[in-house]
Amino acid sequence: MSTLLKNIIRFILFILFQKFILNEVPPLHQFIIPYIYFLFILWLPFTINRLFLLFIAFVFGLTLDYFTGTPGLHAAPCVLIAYIRPFLLNLLIPQETAEQSYVEPSHTSMGWAPYGVYVGILTFIHHFYLVLIEWLQFGNFFYFIGKVAATSAISLLMIFIAEILFTRNAKFRTNK
Amino acid sequence: MKNIFLFIQRYFTFFSFLLLQVFAIILLSSSSKTHQSFLASGANEVTGVINHQYSGLRNYFNLKETNRQLAEENARLRNQLADNFLIVDKSKKIFVDSLIRDSLGRYRKYTYLPAKVIGNTVTLQTNFLFVERGTNQGAKKGMAVYGPEGIVGVVVEVGPNISKVMSLLHRNSKVSAMLKKDNNSGSIEWDGADPSYLTLKNITKSAKVSKGDTVVTSTYSANFPSRLMVGTVAEISSESASNFYTLKIKTATNFFSIQYVYLIENVRYSEQVQLETNPTKNQ
Repeated sequence: MSTLLKNIIRFILFILFQKFILNEVPPLHQFIIPYIYFLFILWLPFTINRLFLLFIAFVFGLTLDYFTGTPGLHAAPCVLIAYIRPFLLNLLIPQETAEQSYVEPSHTSMGWAPYGVYVGILTFIHHFYLVLIEWLQFGNFFYFIGKVAATSAISLLMIFIAEILFTRNAKFRTNK
Repeated sequence: MKNIFLFIQRYFTFFSFLLLQVFAIILLSSSSKTHQSFLASGANEVTGVINHQYSGLRNYFNLKETNRQLAEENARLRNQLADNFLIVDKSKKIFVDSLIRDSLGRYRKYTYLPAKVIGNTVTLQTNFLFVERGTNQGAKKGMAVYGPEGIVGVVVEVGPNISKVMSLLHRNSKVSAMLKKDNNSGSIEWDGADPSYLTLKNITKSAKVSKGDTVVTSTYSANFPSRLMVGTVAEISSESASNFYTLKIKTATNFFSIQYVYLIENVRYSEQVQLETNPTKNQ
């Protein structure tokens, strides 16, 4: 399956899963809304053009926004993590080995520890920014912090489960 | 000039990032104010179709909740109907206070209290009636219940304004009854089959029973006054192994259409029941 087709399918599945399953989960607590959809952006290939990456992230976030009826709310954090993603990847992976040999970020291509840091930081940034613009009034500081922490924790747990459940076979890049 | 272009070219990604961010924030702030945002109508067409399909699926899971809400709403609306407000019958005082002892020195034994039937079943094995008269209006546990045509049952539970009556059509119901013709007594029970027929057991075979004979309450009953109508004999079956007839009794009361009943209080009910139930000592 080509990378393009795979990512188009992922796009649709992540949007539908987020909208119709995770957003429908009856709230366990006022802090907890599980988010997993942005994993799509984290899983995009290494070699993607940075400008194109920003644009994809914007469209992806906006698609979810039109389902939830809040245009811009998810698009902004998606663009932010898409912008930060290349810097983080440059820091975390040894230049000459992984980036050259694997197609996309995963725990097999990067190793568990760098990949965990990569997912953890971007998840936290995404949630921080999302909750920040969602509760722009910033009235109750502990509410804000608690919501960011709880949502990040539950999302990381779900991402970890997703990684274990769906083992992506880490493809080597070929010269095609 | 060249430097400016170089600068823009160098930070083009950053600028596009900022542009998209600002665009997203503008979308968000404008949409929350006006609900008229860029691309919204076209996008809502697409998401609307998908959301519609999904809500059609999800409706099935919400049916229980929807049902409960409708039932609650119905109950709330029905509670506002004018029929619900009525004056509960409190006419007991007239019966009791003036006539507990009449001028000839006779004691009153029974008092009759009218009551409206507000609930009734006939199709179960354990049928109960609910009547609108409770402890506040003089109803007591153990009172006999008598309809216009014949006996109905016995009060088993009383609330402040409502009483629960064990119908004759209850598998555990047992009322002492006798043949009007020769006072041979037995007990009325129900076999659970037909709401129109009761069973009269333990009538001795020496009694001369024929179809159509009237059955009335016996003189031995603690809660029922004697000689109240119960029904008529519809079928006589005698087993050769037994000394007793088992009679099928057509009920006088039509349990399907019962509307008003009388609760009958025996003033000496508790005294009689106490003597009947206490075991005899010093034999």
